[in-house]
Amino acid sequence: MVEHRTPYGDGVIDVRGVSKRYGEKVAVDDLTFSVAPGVVTGFLGPNGAGKSTTMRLILGLDAPTSGTVRVNGCAYRDLSAPLHEIGAMLEAHAIHTGRSAYNHLLALAQTHGIPRSRVEEVIELVGLREVARKRVGSFSLGMGQRLGVAAALLGDPATVILDEPANGLDPEGIHWIRNLLKNLAAEGRTVFLSSHLMSEMAQTADHLIVIGRGRLIADTSVAEFVRRASSDANVRVRSPRAPELRETLIRREVAVHGIDEGLLEVGGLSGEQIGEIALAAGIVISELTPQRVSLEEAFMSLTGESVEYHASAAVAEEQESEPQGRENVRAPA
Amino acid sequence: MSATETSALAASATAAAPPPPRRAFTGRVTQGNVLRSEWTKLWSLRSTRWSLLFAVVAMAGLGVLIAAVSMNRWSHLSPHEQATFDSIDRSLGGYHLAQLAIGVLGVLVISGEYSTGMIRSSLMAVPRRLPVLWAKIAVFASVTFVSMLASAFVAFFAAQAILTEHHVNVTLGHPHALRTLVGTVLFMTVTGVLCVALGTIIRSTAGAIATFAGLLFVLPGIVDILPSEIGNSINPYLPSNAGGAIAKAVPDAHTLSPWGGFALYCAYTVVLLAIAAYLLVRRDA
Repeated sequence: MVEHRTPYGDGVIDVRGVSKRYGEKVAVDDLTFSVAPGVVTGFLGPNGAGKSTTMRLILGLDAPTSGTVRVNGCAYRDLSAPLHEIGAMLEAHAIHTGRSAYNHLLALAQTHGIPRSRVEEVIELVGLREVARKRVGSFSLGMGQRLGVAAALLGDPATVILDEPANGLDPEGIHWIRNLLKNLAAEGRTVFLSSHLMSEMAQTADHLIVIGRGRLIADTSVAEFVRRASSDANVRVRSPRAPELRETLIRREVAVHGIDEGLLEVGGLSGEQIGEIALAAGIVISELTPQRVSLEEAFMSLTGESVEYHASAAVAEEQESEPQGRENVRAPA
Repeated sequence: MSATETSALAASATAAAPPPPRRAFTGRVTQGNVLRSEWTKLWSLRSTRWSLLFAVVAMAGLGVLIAAVSMNRWSHLSPHEQATFDSIDRSLGGYHLAQLAIGVLGVLVISGEYSTGMIRSSLMAVPRRLPVLWAKIAVFASVTFVSMLASAFVAFFAAQAILTEHHVNVTLGHPHALRTLVGTVLFMTVTGVLCVALGTIIRSTAGAIATFAGLLFVLPGIVDILPSEIGNSINPYLPSNAGGAIAKAVPDAHTLSPWGGFALYCAYTVVLLAIAAYLLVRRDA
């Protein structure tokens, strides 16, 4: 089979003007982004934003209504050995429950002529050796997740796609997933990782693609994302002459709150500006700290308008694209 | 440690680490590889082993049981029954039951993947999709043919041995014996393929099995209660009757010739298979 790889974009995964409709519902709306090689890219969005749909489009499982998706410059369907190029774990476990973990992986390996030794290796890697011969139907959620990761790594792909890998896991499982992601990144693999929880991304991602209601909201580095969100954040100022400084600042028509004795929180001015004002007034400042907005807050402020279903509507709309088990919202870490 | 620091660390680790040594995996997706994969899939499920065991026992055992009962009750049979006693059909009578198991298994071969989500793993590994369908059919058809052929021979020889009691036994050299035996197995095999096609088209196990049962077991009953002039003109072309013609030693009135009927049954199956192939490639998984 001859492969036609055309220079298409810079990314390992290139999504260009992709839309996907299911009947009336627009799941993905004119989405364009690239996943850069060798870094961890987080794919963020509230539940129902179209993350899983986008991943299915990348993996050739669903066909886009319009637009194109390329993996290593190739439509996924034209890859002659997809498991060697891109390994994926989808959120809904794509595993026959009547088969043992070993046989599941073996059947997948055989499609590419991957040896049995590699099957044993990935089983060992994800720590499923003891239960490898048991039927998958008896697995806990965490074990199923590990099996999904094993399947994704089977062909030793340079790119790994994981859809909500930490979803529904216990703390130990989440810890395991985080270590795994760190290892994958350290090995130089490209990782494309979806989540509806910003705090998960903070642990590993370098770059963020944020979507809401199927549309691109942000395509930015994690640092830039936080910086942008923090630009209008408050600044904490500590000064032995706080009341005087307060009077000076209030004349500038900025928001000043006294927090404690000798401690102010100022909104609407940068730390630099406050420093200059204090200098001009001859007031000593002992501390000047811009209040960083947490990633979670930045994410919430960015996607606030694009959350498709707010809590009150969530029950009625539950049948929409995101399957069960995703509504368990955890407190931000 | 703040979130930004963590990600900065991750970024620097990424930049510093050399790319992982790539393995010498040179394998590609080929039809042969997909065949091996489907072989593993078929045999690694309990439902397969039980369905096949059931089919084998039904095919090999039921004919023998019928022969034994017939010999036991021989003196009670009417002279007409005795005169028209068909030793070939009786010995292979287990196929009616075995076919049910084969059909259900044929549906499950693919619908089981849809109901569990396994189909996504299968299609991610083989994104061109059609090799999966061809491999499923090749593996399932061969397993059905071989296991049913062996069972049919066992049924035939065991039953004929019992039928010697009243000297109504026939040998494989009888004009219709070998054709009926192999034909019965071919009919069952093509039924299996037809059910894989139905499972691919309908995707739901219950829906596909209902369609299979409706097509092969219910439709003839409905046609039977039509006025006979209409019924007789439709009857030969029903899938069950067309396909069943090859599984009868002496053709009934109003049926197609054994091979003609079988050819028509194969044509029905090919049409369903073409629809299945088209839908498998075109539909979202």
